[in-house]
Amino acid sequence: MSTDIAQLLTRDSFIERSARSRAKALLDEGTMRELAGPFERLHSPWLAMQNLVTQADDGVVVAKGRLDGQPTVVLAIEGAYQGGSMGEIAGAKIAGALELAARDNRRGIPTQAVILFETGGVRLQEANLGLAAIAEIQSAIVDLRRYRPVIGVSAGTVGCYGGMSIAAGLCSYLVMTREARLGLNGPQVIEQEAGVLEFDARQRALIWGLTGGEQRYATGLVDACVADDTAEIRATVVRLFAQGRPEKHRSDQAREYLARLERLDTSAQPSPADVRALYAQGDA
Amino acid sequence: MEKMEYEFSAGQPALGRTVAGVVASGDLEVLLEPGPAGRTTVAVQTSVNGYGGNWKALLERVFGAGTLPAARIEINDNGATPGVVRMRIEQAFEEVTQGGNAP
Repeated sequence: MSTDIAQLLTRDSFIERSARSRAKALLDEGTMRELAGPFERLHSPWLAMQNLVTQADDGVVVAKGRLDGQPTVVLAIEGAYQGGSMGEIAGAKIAGALELAARDNRRGIPTQAVILFETGGVRLQEANLGLAAIAEIQSAIVDLRRYRPVIGVSAGTVGCYGGMSIAAGLCSYLVMTREARLGLNGPQVIEQEAGVLEFDARQRALIWGLTGGEQRYATGLVDACVADDTAEIRATVVRLFAQGRPEKHRSDQAREYLARLERLDTSAQPSPADVRALYAQGDA
Repeated sequence: MEKMEYEFSAGQPALGRTVAGVVASGDLEVLLEPGPAGRTTVAVQTSVNGYGGNWKALLERVFGAGTLPAARIEINDNGATPGVVRMRIEQAFEEVTQGGNAP
């Protein structure tokens, strides 16, 4: 990964794109059709009741089209709106689209799905409704991945946390950039709940060292670590779809991963290198 | 949070619909659809209270001449500065004119 200035200036950043622009860039040119888009005005009723400004698409873009000629739905979360949080409507849009894709497959249309994870997890203002929506997303991923791979991409800079990190873990393949982070609890949540000695949320090197895309790739928890480059991300997604469904999904190997975690010495803060060594052990 | 509505005279109906921007911190989203000929309506939802005068002045500067295409505009604002607001509105009209970005 070069940090050459000329290359930085000329590349087409994926991170800097909005959710709608990301979806459009992934799909074959001229094939994108947005479903449940902003002009349906699906504003969150719960945020409005709490005097918060709402977005007309509730922060999720459902884009139907073709990717490398294959029928594809891209579910792009807008990280800049409410931290990409999952409320009732945002979550229902993703879950509903995945369920329709699975139904397509049962009817002989091999629709595949890409989820662009840019989310801190559940939208706290919508509480249980958001949690229920995330559970529906997770069920729908597990259903759809029986037919076609479900690919998750987290480009950053929000990354992917909370219940949606579990949804990401259920995907057939995961793609991250170095800028993205993936974890169950965010650094500030860990610091708040377990104390600053457990995790110092100001230490950016530690945060990216343990949860950044490069580390997640090195520990085998994601399948590709790519540059923040639209063409490279698109090519990676196309390549992973071409591989077909993995022989064994990562989430089917939970037992092997738990066995490794049991060997972890929790008396001291593990370094990123310790974690890589731990995940290199075993046969999974 | 505050809601405001404005109305301006305008030209012929806009040629399409588009959305520009995101309700991010310091940013806004502008939804633009064709309106009836001669009339543009702007519905504003903003996170910052008490700036009605600024909104009125800004929107009058943009729409006051009555020459822009007639549109039904919805603005969802999360504390954008007047400059950003103006840029997003102009972006929406530009996208509609070029017929590119309709969701």
